[in-house]
Amino acid sequence: MDYKDIIASYASKPGGIIEAYHAVQKELSYLPEEAVAEAARVFNLPVSDAYGVATFYSMFSVTPRGKNVIRICESAPCHVAGAAQVIAALERELGIKMGESTADGQFALEFAECVGQCQATPVITINRKPYLDVSPATVPTILAEYK
Amino acid sequence: MAEEMRIVLRNYGKIDPLKIDDYIAQGGYKSLEKASSMDKEALIEEVRKSNLRGRGGAGFNCGQKWSFAYKADADEKYVIANADEGEPGTYKDRLIMENDPHTLIEGMAICAYAIGATKGFIYLRGEYPQLIDVLNTAIAQAKEKGILKSFDIEVRSGAGAYVCGEETALIESIEGKRGEPRFKPPYPPSEGLWMKPTIVNNIETFASIPVIIEKGGEWYASIGVPSYPGTKVFTLTGDVNNKTFVEVPTNTTIREIIYQFGGGIPGGKKFKAVQIGGTSGAFIPDSLLDTPVAFDNMSAIGATLGSGAVLVLDESRDIVDVTTRIAKFFEHESCGKCAPCREGTARMHELMQLVNSGKGGQQDIELMQKLGNVMSIACLCGLGQAAPAPVLTTIKHFGTDYNAKLM
Ligand SMILES: Cc1cc2nc3c(=O)[nH]c(=O)nc-3n(C[C@H](O)[C@H](O)[C@H](O)COP(=O)(O)O)c2cc1C
Ligand code: SF4
Ligand code: FES
Repeated sequence: MDYKDIIASYASKPGGIIEAYHAVQKELSYLPEEAVAEAARVFNLPVSDAYGVATFYSMFSVTPRGKNVIRICESAPCHVAGAAQVIAALERELGIKMGESTADGQFALEFAECVGQCQATPVITINRKPYLDVSPATVPTILAEYK
Repeated sequence: MAEEMRIVLRNYGKIDPLKIDDYIAQGGYKSLEKASSMDKEALIEEVRKSNLRGRGGAGFNCGQKWSFAYKADADEKYVIANADEGEPGTYKDRLIMENDPHTLIEGMAICAYAIGATKGFIYLRGEYPQLIDVLNTAIAQAKEKGILKSFDIEVRSGAGAYVCGEETALIESIEGKRGEPRFKPPYPPSEGLWMKPTIVNNIETFASIPVIIEKGGEWYASIGVPSYPGTKVFTLTGDVNNKTFVEVPTNTTIREIIYQFGGGIPGGKKFKAVQIGGTSGAFIPDSLLDTPVAFDNMSAIGATLGSGAVLVLDESRDIVDVTTRIAKFFEHESCGKCAPCREGTARMHELMQLVNSGKGGQQDIELMQKLGNVMSIACLCGLGQAAPAPVLTTIKHFGTDYNAKLM
């Protein structure tokens, strides 16, 4: 679906801009400048406010990034359970650093705070789906699902 | 021996969460029926008498809060369930919603009747997308059965901002804005969502309501510690044998939670510290573990009950390093609206990094104490006020660990 149609479908929801942004990102993985401007128009906001919302929330990105967004929880419980080793394994497997995307546009690597699955630390999410008890050894298998 | 007691998790593992008939077979929605036949003031008085205090961290008397919204005169009122659950190490609200979504809906509907609201929102953190369908299915089932007659509930997603758990930031977020906390007063029960009277309660708070209505306020008030009665769900992480959850009466001690339910420390290691209430909580040494977990008992030892997260560290852990990571969390999550927090969390993180890397001195410790004290008074919302707690309490109880890293 075109981002214009997506945003339009939330027009009648008071305060629905955040829901609209989620829906756009599901298609495009980020919020292009035109989509932010369109949201401002549809929700009757100054463009600066629509941009302010887009940049406030950590799940939204206003710069292009890989299609599959991998987020690594580095909150204290995951930190003490070995999140650093998982980060190293992901960086090695994908050949990029945290905060970067792969050249083929397939993956983006981001930090996250607690994602609420702390019974099985360390935890990563891919496109918001959680993977539990992750270790450097399980990283390649998890990534294979998306290749 | 402390024993588990399940009130908010009473249906855990007993029902199919996606079948409303399962919930009804366990006596579900009887309390809503009973509440709807009661006088509103009598209903609110029953909740107040239970002395149920909010499970979202601030511990305000639930019935009293409802009475403010009930008395407020307005053409529209709102009920909001706070499912933002951003406190690291916490997943209790997810457990309730995943396993028993109807108990949340029933609690919200009772509140709506009591205060006179026709519209409700569940503000669900963006990290729980799998729950959107569960909640919407449950809401649709309750509508279909004619249970939710004059009350509509809408699920709204957050997008990864810890501060949006703060009730006025949450309200701003539902309104489609940046999640920055508002100045208070006015408080939400008088002017909340779209400036209308609004009740914001935690998921665990709402889940307690049906049982309180069923068994009575007095029954509930008699469980656990009288100043903070009832049960509390704890989620255990870090160096414990059972990384699990447990719902216990509030007179259970921290030691019982770690050793009896958590099964103690793995690998024959010794206990070092526990942080309760999530990342904004205090670190507690062994000498204080016999404290009951109830709200005021925790405050008395300079700690907070908070969300009920329990992070255990064994003797091999570098507590200064863990605290540095926590300081980074607050720098990242500060919304930037007020200077003491925006600047304070950044400087605190900087100083912790300095000390942690062996480049700090005694003067940096003193600076952090001074900065922490200012922040706990001067910050606009609870985020900035609580942010220094891990630093201040580790300096206090684990000073030797800091000294070992000083230049
Ligand atoms: C930074 C910050 C984060 C918070 N996060 C949450 C949260 O995730 N869930 C929650 O219920 N309350 C949270 N609170 C507390 C809420 O502001 C509010 O007190 C609570 O939702 C009221 O519900 P209760 O009375 O049932 O506890 C937070 C407060 C602050 C200051
Ligand atoms: S204390 Fe921090 S999070 Fe709260 S309003 Fe101020 S800057 Fe924002
Ligand atoms: S601390 Fe990592 S998922 Fe909760």
